[in-house]
Amino acid sequence: MDFLLTHLVAKYNFWLYIILMMIGLYAMIAKNNLIKKLVGMNIFQTAIILFYVSIGSKRGGTIPIVEHIAGGGEHAINPTRYVNPLPHVLMLTAIVVSVSTFGVALALAIKIYQRYKTLEEDELLTRIRES
Amino acid sequence: MTGNYPALLVTVPLLAAFVIYGCSWLHKRSCLFMALLGLTIPFAISVALLKKVLINGHISYHLGGWDPPWGIAYELDPINAIVLVAVTTVALVNLIATSKEIETRFSDRRGAFYALYLLFVVGLLGIVATGDLFNLYVLLEIASITGYSLIAMGDPARAPLSSLNYVFMGTIGACFYLLGVGYIYIMTGSLNMADVHVLLPPLYHSSAIVVAFIFCLVGVMIKMGFFPLHSWLPNAYTYAPSPATSLIAPLMTKVMAYVMIRLMISVFSPKFVFSSIAASNAVVWLACLAIVMGALMALAQRDVRRMLTYIIVSEIGYIVGGAWIGNATAMSGAVLHIINDVLMTFCVFLSLGAIARSTKGYQIENFSGLFKKIPVTMATFVVSGLSIIGIPPTCGFFSKWYLILGAIEGGHYGFIVVLLLSSLINIILFFRIFEEAFFVYPKTNAVHTEGEASIAIAETPFVTLIPLVLTAILLIFTGIYSGSLIALIIKPVVSAGLL
Amino acid sequence: METIHSIRPLLAILASLFAIPFIVGFSRRPAMREFWTFAAAGSKFLIIVSMLPLVLTGRRVTCTIFEIIPGVPLQLTVDTLGLLFALVSSSLWILTSIYSVGYMRGLGEHSQTRYFCFFAVALSATIGVAFSANLLTLYIFYEILSLATYPLVTHHQDEEARSSGRRYLAYILGSSIGLFLPAMLISYHLAGTLTFSASGFLGASISRKVLMILLIMFIFGAAKAAVMPLHAWLPAAMVAPTPVSALLHAVAVVKVGVFVIIRIITGVFGVNLLKSLSLTTPVIVLACITILCGSLIALSQDNLKRLLAYSTISQLSYIVLGVSLLSQRGLTGAFIHIPMHAFGKITLFFCAGAIFVATGKKNISEMKGLGRQMPITMAAFFIASLSIIGLPPCGGFLSKWNLVLGSIEAHRPLVLVVLLVSSLLNAGYFMPVVYKAFFFKTESAVAGVKEAPLCCLIPLCLTAIFSIIFLFYPQPFYELISHALKCIIGAGV
Repeated sequence: MDFLLTHLVAKYNFWLYIILMMIGLYAMIAKNNLIKKLVGMNIFQTAIILFYVSIGSKRGGTIPIVEHIAGGGEHAINPTRYVNPLPHVLMLTAIVVSVSTFGVALALAIKIYQRYKTLEEDELLTRIRES
Repeated sequence: MTGNYPALLVTVPLLAAFVIYGCSWLHKRSCLFMALLGLTIPFAISVALLKKVLINGHISYHLGGWDPPWGIAYELDPINAIVLVAVTTVALVNLIATSKEIETRFSDRRGAFYALYLLFVVGLLGIVATGDLFNLYVLLEIASITGYSLIAMGDPARAPLSSLNYVFMGTIGACFYLLGVGYIYIMTGSLNMADVHVLLPPLYHSSAIVVAFIFCLVGVMIKMGFFPLHSWLPNAYTYAPSPATSLIAPLMTKVMAYVMIRLMISVFSPKFVFSSIAASNAVVWLACLAIVMGALMALAQRDVRRMLTYIIVSEIGYIVGGAWIGNATAMSGAVLHIINDVLMTFCVFLSLGAIARSTKGYQIENFSGLFKKIPVTMATFVVSGLSIIGIPPTCGFFSKWYLILGAIEGGHYGFIVVLLLSSLINIILFFRIFEEAFFVYPKTNAVHTEGEASIAIAETPFVTLIPLVLTAILLIFTGIYSGSLIALIIKPVVSAGLL
Repeated sequence: METIHSIRPLLAILASLFAIPFIVGFSRRPAMREFWTFAAAGSKFLIIVSMLPLVLTGRRVTCTIFEIIPGVPLQLTVDTLGLLFALVSSSLWILTSIYSVGYMRGLGEHSQTRYFCFFAVALSATIGVAFSANLLTLYIFYEILSLATYPLVTHHQDEEARSSGRRYLAYILGSSIGLFLPAMLISYHLAGTLTFSASGFLGASISRKVLMILLIMFIFGAAKAAVMPLHAWLPAAMVAPTPVSALLHAVAVVKVGVFVIIRIITGVFGVNLLKSLSLTTPVIVLACITILCGSLIALSQDNLKRLLAYSTISQLSYIVLGVSLLSQRGLTGAFIHIPMHAFGKITLFFCAGAIFVATGKKNISEMKGLGRQMPITMAAFFIASLSIIGLPPCGGFLSKWNLVLGSIEAHRPLVLVVLLVSSLLNAGYFMPVVYKAFFFKTESAVAGVKEAPLCCLIPLCLTAIFSIIFLFYPQPFYELISHALKCIIGAGV
């Protein structure tokens, strides 16, 4: 029970991201269709994004938005009450990166489709070899 | 102004890229000029920064005035500065040399090409200059995505799929790196390289840090094309358009090798890398395998471009092997080889692009009689080939010198044997081509003097030829001045703790 | 020993390089192009001769070009040994240039500009090797020489030239990168320096096994010295035009090989170290095998140039043998064989080329009775073969004499036997050529042939006459050698 508690339940975010990563990796490698591979890549990246975000969470922490007292002036905040905002910020960037990569990859998939009229990898390789 | 040089280094080409893309809708012909401006300024800045680093020592620039570890810092030491100069030089010279080809081949998409070109350079400059781990990831992805797009602009039959495969593998690599950074952040709470370096020592035995290092390393190795994670490399660089290949091939993989060395020296100190992780021997043997496999696969190629891409795989093996041998001589040899390899690979791909104008294809058989047709271009190809083989006084010899010396010091005789073996295989690889270009067999049974009269000289235009010749001369100069380069490089290496 | 700093050594190397733009520029005007070649050869010779008086007074001329690796600069030092070699090469280049003009024009050869350019580079590299002050400089010039001679060897650009070129590169570059380079680096790692010194720079603190391995790696790494079994490139390189074979493969390239071995033995290891550990015994054995096998194979050759090639392989190992005997007379014999063999062999090659220009014949069996049609050529051939065999009145007698005495001094009687047997074998393959040429009936194929063109004839007569003169007036050589020996083993001649 102890083992389960410390290694499985307490660190469930790690397990989640590992499972998602493996799903994504599996899709990238094993699937034949290019779009499915792309989706797998996206899942892979999303897994890591989720992981980062989960790092910043704290028990009982709230959204990291600091309100100013009306009439100017600021009060010191207690950082333990707020969820760590840095990973969120970093992941905003990573999401942008993921979206751009996905966009470029989709554009490439469109180009491939326009030329070879298929998105299945094995058919693609046959058609390339023939041409 | 001068104090802000590190920031300007990255922002000037960034702004130029957007301006160029905007201008391409209005006035296409001014795009080239702006691109040249957008690369000349960073070149000048990088030279100025090198001079500053040589005089003042380490430069630390805080972006936005925020002190690290809250803000992002750009850290410049001699290794950085020299690699920056190499990157900007290659980018600028390549643009000048291939400008004519870009203008004709991509005339309708000029704006896009120049913008992607400049953004790629932005990414690389940022990777080299930055002192922040996450900033490195961002710039790495900037460079990668623009790289994917540049490669996809090539041969319409093969380039998109090659680029897509590169996208898949490259993304896995970058994500592994990001994961590694995440683990470091969990354990240390900081993303600044220097800060992490200070915070890590008590944590050396924690498995999370070991895993972080391994993730970062594997990610970087995928992106640098280290055997067996190199499978994206041959296709991607073969089917890319030649102006893009002569930009990406010399730079991308070597900058990632620089990242690996930076991680080894400045983030995870050599003490951690070589004692806590007792894998350095295994990595050196893997590097030996990379060198041999690269050389053997290059032997099997008839397409000269693919042969050169496998030579890149081999060269990366040299750098990784040298870095992981574990003494200062070998590490300095590895850093010197990064710089030399940037120049050698650039010269060989640029001359190949120039040669392609005069041949029907890229097979070795298409090279007949080229010494008569394009003597000066072939001469530069010969010089770059000799440099890759490692013949003095070209630069390739001297990095091999330090690598072999370091291997003798470290007792790694397998690495020496493999290095010499690959030099011998490189002789075969290049002299095959030189022979084909030199020996003109007349296709008829005419006497050899008659066969030659039919080949007139049709040299490459000056806009490509002069940069080519200058690069070839630079190869020899870098060789002769390698002593001074090593003296510069070895200081930060030794002060990091390597002996 | 006093050292003078001067750029004259560097100028000697650069003299021919400066001429190259002019040679290329005047490619359409052969007369001017040849003029620049002669200007380069002449100026090189004069610069080298100008250093002779300085060096003979016991001083050295040094020129440090650049600190290319911390502790190992690109440095030139002119000492007596290097000057001896440089004098031989540069003087023979002048004669070869005259000969080349006659030969290339006589045959209407193509790409003469490229030929003269690479010849100039090759000679620069040769002088560079002669004047190198440390192993790295020597290695750099050695590699430049290998590359510069490739277009010369493969000049004819046909199928045969291509495969010979491949063999040439495989042996020469393969051995230098595969054996010489690691040996050099290991020496640097052990000794911390690469500069040649009179007593060698490898200390006695290194184990005998390591020293032995290094010595063998160096000997085979310098494959230009054609020590068996790395000799096969030499006969293959005979596809080159005869002036190339004459200068390069009788004088420049192969002498660079033995010169490198001499420098290794005297400047890297040092005579005393080698004597105390008797490290040179394997080298002596290899040299003896090469001498005997080379001569035996030469006996069976019909192609004149291939016969001369195998003779060269054999003769080069005389020099290697002499040096590895480590005795005063042995070293003297080796050093004096450099000029004697150079002049003798080059005469023989000049004759072979003259015969080819005049008759188109390459095989000895087709040269019967040629002596009557081409008396001057065959007379020169006879004189030169006497020199190679080692008989008076030719200079080769001196080198054989010293080698024989050297083997007695070194207490190696078997070497004496090898020397005598090989002299007999030399006679065995040279004398039939001369005999057939003079005393047989003229072949119908060569009847009515006239002597070779004047430009070919004059150089070969000059070198033959010099071979005789050197027997009676060897003083300049002996002086240089005496100084060299004083440094190496502290004795004079």
